[in-house]
Amino acid sequence: MPDGSLDRLKREGRIVVVGASLAGLRAAETLRDKGFEGTLTMIGDEPYEPYDRPPLSKQVLLGKATADHTALPRRREIDAEWRLGVPASGLDMATRRVKLADGDEVPYDRLMIATGVRARPWPNEAEGELDGVFVLRTRDDGVGLARHLDAGPRRVLVIGAGFTGSEIASACRERGLEVTVAERGDAPLVGALGGVIGAVAAEMHRENGVDLRTGVMVTRLEGDTTGRVRAAHFSDGTTLECDVVVVSLGAQRNTEWLAGSGLGAGPRGIACDAGCRAFDVRGIVTDDVFVAGDVARSPHPLFGYQFLSLEHWGNAVAQAETAAHNMLSESSDRRPHIWVPAFWSSQFGVNIKSVGVPSMGTEIMITQGSRAERRFTGVYGYQGRVIGAVTFDNCRWLQFYEQQIEATAPFPPPFPTVDRRSDGQRPIPADFPDPSVPTHGPTITLSGYSPADRRMTFTPAGH
Amino acid sequence: MRLVVDLNRCQGYAQCAFLAPDVFAMHGDEGLLYDPEAESAQRERVAQAVAACPVQAILVDEMDMAAAGRTAASAEAPHA
Repeated sequence: MPDGSLDRLKREGRIVVVGASLAGLRAAETLRDKGFEGTLTMIGDEPYEPYDRPPLSKQVLLGKATADHTALPRRREIDAEWRLGVPASGLDMATRRVKLADGDEVPYDRLMIATGVRARPWPNEAEGELDGVFVLRTRDDGVGLARHLDAGPRRVLVIGAGFTGSEIASACRERGLEVTVAERGDAPLVGALGGVIGAVAAEMHRENGVDLRTGVMVTRLEGDTTGRVRAAHFSDGTTLECDVVVVSLGAQRNTEWLAGSGLGAGPRGIACDAGCRAFDVRGIVTDDVFVAGDVARSPHPLFGYQFLSLEHWGNAVAQAETAAHNMLSESSDRRPHIWVPAFWSSQFGVNIKSVGVPSMGTEIMITQGSRAERRFTGVYGYQGRVIGAVTFDNCRWLQFYEQQIEATAPFPPPFPTVDRRSDGQRPIPADFPDPSVPTHGPTITLSGYSPADRRMTFTPAGH
Repeated sequence: MRLVVDLNRCQGYAQCAFLAPDVFAMHGDEGLLYDPEAESAQRERVAQAVAACPVQAILVDEMDMAAAGRTAASAEAPHA
């Protein structure tokens, strides 16, 4: 029963948002939109105000924008106290305090965690620190990589052919740079879109002059006497001379600072309910800690109530809005976050977009266009229903398939395709690799318990 | 002025690239590149692009636009 505590929270409460990126900013704006008049504190580990990351692997590498000009537009004034350049280092849920790395503590009545992910570093630390070796995630990464590409390296090596790696390779070719892409899987994008689409992506790389090497790992990076990277050694015994290396092996979730806090946080993210309320380690939902964006994982009814974590721009916005709404609502007014996953990529002049969870699909059917023309729609099926779709330069079809996914429409689609080309006749296996074999990180992670999944093991925490 | 395009929404209609070609450009048939921090001289063209986008995918900084509105209002004041 409403007891006035919510009004008090709105009027004079303290809300702390940890994570000053897309999700954190949109959450803060939503809180003020919903009438929150109390104290709002934004904590971010980078010294910059919230900025947009997608341009870093696109506009910035193409030289069409600079990395320090990607600050996100504001929807409104948020009147927040900014604590930038200092990461959160701990959480005391009993006394409701966020600890900062500089020793300070910030008390809260409600907490929003949107700490996102960071680039997975090269596993050999000394090699990763060689001059010329980059990851691409932050604004500083973007500045450094763009500067090295401006200097005209003789050859760039991209390790990992997921979306980011492919976009980097594409930008390099557009700038006329020689680039080699090393991918452990059989093709680019296989983790996210499967082998059928991966084969199309591989052709795009090669047609555009990328030296694409699949089924191979980089075993060692070698520096010269001045500490600059000069070569890479491959698992097939070959060696490649290169003076820029971009490690593009997916992301890791920023949850280490929550170790020992009692929150249900780990390498897979922070578990929360569909209303963005975080679970504690006992599986009990909290009422004052909310989660949004890449670091959150929440159950989704369209995908068997499995816990989804989504490294998607649109998800960060939508989940932040829902979390902020729920944060200031009575329980009966809260709403679930049941956004349909959607993302885009742009590479080799082709616009790639997807909805749903293609990686859950076992079959794919090309319903419009043809793979040979690089203009098509692929629909993914799972247990007789439509579970995802991907378009290459065919994005106006996507909304239709988004509705099909939401309606759990049958697969293969019962309607005749309007397109009579040979690609569109029948479903074929989507050819996803064994998920237990590591590859570049997918942008969607299914991280819940599934009865069919026996690889999960329960590891009690030490505390 | 800061702007961002929701590329989930964007369907490549290219209205923005026609109206503000110094800020928005098509990359391939339906991909879009844009300058996330456009020159303030582009404000009027960007405003047209925002209005013309069939899927309303362009978000321009609210404070930028509010400041522009105030400037415009004060500039007009002597004639009122």
